[in-house]
Amino acid sequence: MTTTETPKKPNHTTPVKRVLAFLRNTWRGLTSMRTALVLLFLLALAALPGALLPQRRLNAPKVDEYITAHGWWGTLLDKLEFYDVYSSVWFSAIYLLLMVSLVGCLTPRSFEYFKAMRAKPVLTPRKLARMPHHRVAGVERPVEKVLEEANARLSGWRRVQRDEGDGVHSISAERGYLRETGNLVFHFGMLGLIVFFALGKLFSYEGQVIVQADGSQFCNGGIYNYDSFNAGLRVDGTEMAPFCLKVDDFDARFTAAGQADYFHSNIQYQAGEDLKSGTWRPYGLEVNSPLRVDGVRVYLLDHGYTPKFTVTFPDGSVRTMATQWRTAVPATMTAEGATKFDQPGITDEVQRRTRQLAVTGLLAPTPQLHGGILTSVGPELNNPQVAVDIYRGDLGLDAGRGQSLFEIDQSRVADGRLKKMTRLNMQVGQVTTLDDGTKVKFDGVGQWVGLQVSHDPTQVYVLGFAIAMFVGLGASLLVKRRRLWVRVRPGGEGEAGTVIEVAGLARTDQAGYGEEFQRISERLITGEKGS
Amino acid sequence: MPINETLSQYSNWLYTTTVAIYVIALMLTLVEQGFGAKGRQAAERSKQRVRELVGAGGPVTTETPAEPEPPREVGRPERVGRMGAALLVLGALLQLSAIVLRGLATHRAPWGNMYEYGMAVTFITVVAWLVVTWKFPVRHLTPFLLLPVVILMFVNGTMLYTVAAPVQPALQSYWLVIHVAAAIIGSGVFLVPGVASVLYLFRSAHDRDPAKFARFAPKLPAADVLDRIAYRTTIFAFPVFTFGVLCGAVWAESAWGRFWGWDPKETVAFIAWVVYAAYLHSRATAGWRGTRAAVINIVGFAATIFNLFFVNLVTVGLHSYAGVS
Repeated sequence: MTTTETPKKPNHTTPVKRVLAFLRNTWRGLTSMRTALVLLFLLALAALPGALLPQRRLNAPKVDEYITAHGWWGTLLDKLEFYDVYSSVWFSAIYLLLMVSLVGCLTPRSFEYFKAMRAKPVLTPRKLARMPHHRVAGVERPVEKVLEEANARLSGWRRVQRDEGDGVHSISAERGYLRETGNLVFHFGMLGLIVFFALGKLFSYEGQVIVQADGSQFCNGGIYNYDSFNAGLRVDGTEMAPFCLKVDDFDARFTAAGQADYFHSNIQYQAGEDLKSGTWRPYGLEVNSPLRVDGVRVYLLDHGYTPKFTVTFPDGSVRTMATQWRTAVPATMTAEGATKFDQPGITDEVQRRTRQLAVTGLLAPTPQLHGGILTSVGPELNNPQVAVDIYRGDLGLDAGRGQSLFEIDQSRVADGRLKKMTRLNMQVGQVTTLDDGTKVKFDGVGQWVGLQVSHDPTQVYVLGFAIAMFVGLGASLLVKRRRLWVRVRPGGEGEAGTVIEVAGLARTDQAGYGEEFQRISERLITGEKGS
Repeated sequence: MPINETLSQYSNWLYTTTVAIYVIALMLTLVEQGFGAKGRQAAERSKQRVRELVGAGGPVTTETPAEPEPPREVGRPERVGRMGAALLVLGALLQLSAIVLRGLATHRAPWGNMYEYGMAVTFITVVAWLVVTWKFPVRHLTPFLLLPVVILMFVNGTMLYTVAAPVQPALQSYWLVIHVAAAIIGSGVFLVPGVASVLYLFRSAHDRDPAKFARFAPKLPAADVLDRIAYRTTIFAFPVFTFGVLCGAVWAESAWGRFWGWDPKETVAFIAWVVYAAYLHSRATAGWRGTRAAVINIVGFAATIFNLFFVNLVTVGLHSYAGVS
């Protein structure tokens, strides 16, 4: 219902009053359902680019690729924060406005709700026959008995019995207050969820690290132990829960079609008191069962192969390296990477820089040779082979610039600082000898696991609010607010001893009330026992 | 455990048979919709029906039992329509068998990839529609629902077909049963209000200006009935869908390391949720009931379809284990 009253224009408006009026109107506009609807739409619309465009948080390299591929258009989208939709100014603005609107809507509703909870059901209307549901019947039981039975029948209802004079009594009953309760619980639950979701973004962190599955250790000592680390604004890496873990092994099984079927990694961990006593506790890490310890969760998210090479330098010194290679073709677990060697015992910088070695190329877990070209036909380790180039020269490891773990610096190949010595396919155990007598041996293949360590102190609250939301939603959609009236009077001339009149009105979506009304009124009239 | 190829083969045959039966049911009910005056009578009947349900037209429930239904003229189109409805039930049973056999063949919940998901969603849509036709006299609208169902099933069976196989480790969780089942029921039922809302737009446009859709719209039930169907199916599906999203978040927390990460599927589910929330609010807002609410519901329908297909097939995200490459 809209009010038709038009407010009178005050003759003397002071600036203060005008400002107040403006604020009041803004507030009313913002908290109206119409605005909330528009904001909901905007929220849905604003979320959409996040599903269609690459997002920096999920895949930063893809964003760069996209920007490069789309020229000025890509750059413009970047300036407008389309690659960070969910932390963009406009997305935040919409949901903040929506939250203000929500609070503005909920506050008065809560007051009304508490008022309604204390209020008595309304007076029984004079003309019950006008109600959508209505029945009249005569019975031979006394008025008091009928009233007593009706009160017992309507025990779950909030009701009030009134004496209307002349021996006429009525009961006014109402039920379904849970609907509004559910409604408020749902909306407050949502509010709480959003607040704690936002808080979680401040206090949570997430770090990824690759650990060799050969008993290697990892400790949550600081940010620099991770390969990549995302942290909330309030996390500076000084208060991270200390724990250590050792990855003993990793086991993957695949179906005949090459689809992964089973991942399992046996790890050991120590946290809290165990760190002092040096006790290790075993845990079987799997994809759907992270290790939860000290408010930190450790996940098994990735795995791959690590070829092991041993280099015997001409002076007899030996060096063995096992560097993880990244998975290039997930279906066959074909890996690519570069294993880099520095000859030990050489103090002369210039000398050293001419003698560094890199073994780089492809690893095929289940190899197939086709005209000398190595490919992998399956993800499992089955006489693995590598196809590698061996380079010698200055890798630039100490040039002061970071370089990829998985590649050699191609510019050094181009300008001759790195020279390709040989290209060959190697089986496990195979040795190749370079021109200066250096021996390179392919020892075998190990495995690495990609772990993620996550910490989010608020997620349990988010879950609590989400459950409240769901319960409230159920109540607000399923419970029906409805009224029922019973009027009992002594029968007049030519009537039965007592006349019962029952009427009903559903206050919200009415579907289904007809059947319930029939059932209840039937029982009220016949006086049968039953719920 | 190895895949039972025989059962999987039977499941495939049942799937194909189901599609064929739905096509026949579609044609038979189309006869009822197209020929005969049945549609117009249905519109009349449903008008009476809605008065009873809404209870807005004054005292309906009195001591006298509800007035008997007008004697049914069993014309030929009506009989054909009944045959169509019977076939629809048969088709649904066959489709259920196809789903069950697929599950027995793979020894897991039969909704581990796109093909199985599509099969289950269309099954739920048909079941939801059967429930609706049981509660409302709208059997002659069956073709409008079956058309998208048949198209979806055809696309699903040809382009998205995946051989029966175990699922990858990330999916080996009891949450696959709960989360995906809730998503299937929610999405499957959501297709019904979508279709009802589209029909609502035709009907209400005709009500405003009888010259519009003059041949088509009068055969539709009253706008109130369509609105009611849309609303009641939506308020069933919305909490189920919400539950599905919440379970998905709980599962994501234990499988991917975070409960919400704006993965494309999560994002579009969020969008669909917000749109349906807007629909529920619009029905409580003056000036937004009726046509606008119907349009919002159709937008939700579009988001659901988009989520079913586009997100899995075009974008790359964590939900891309559809078995389609």
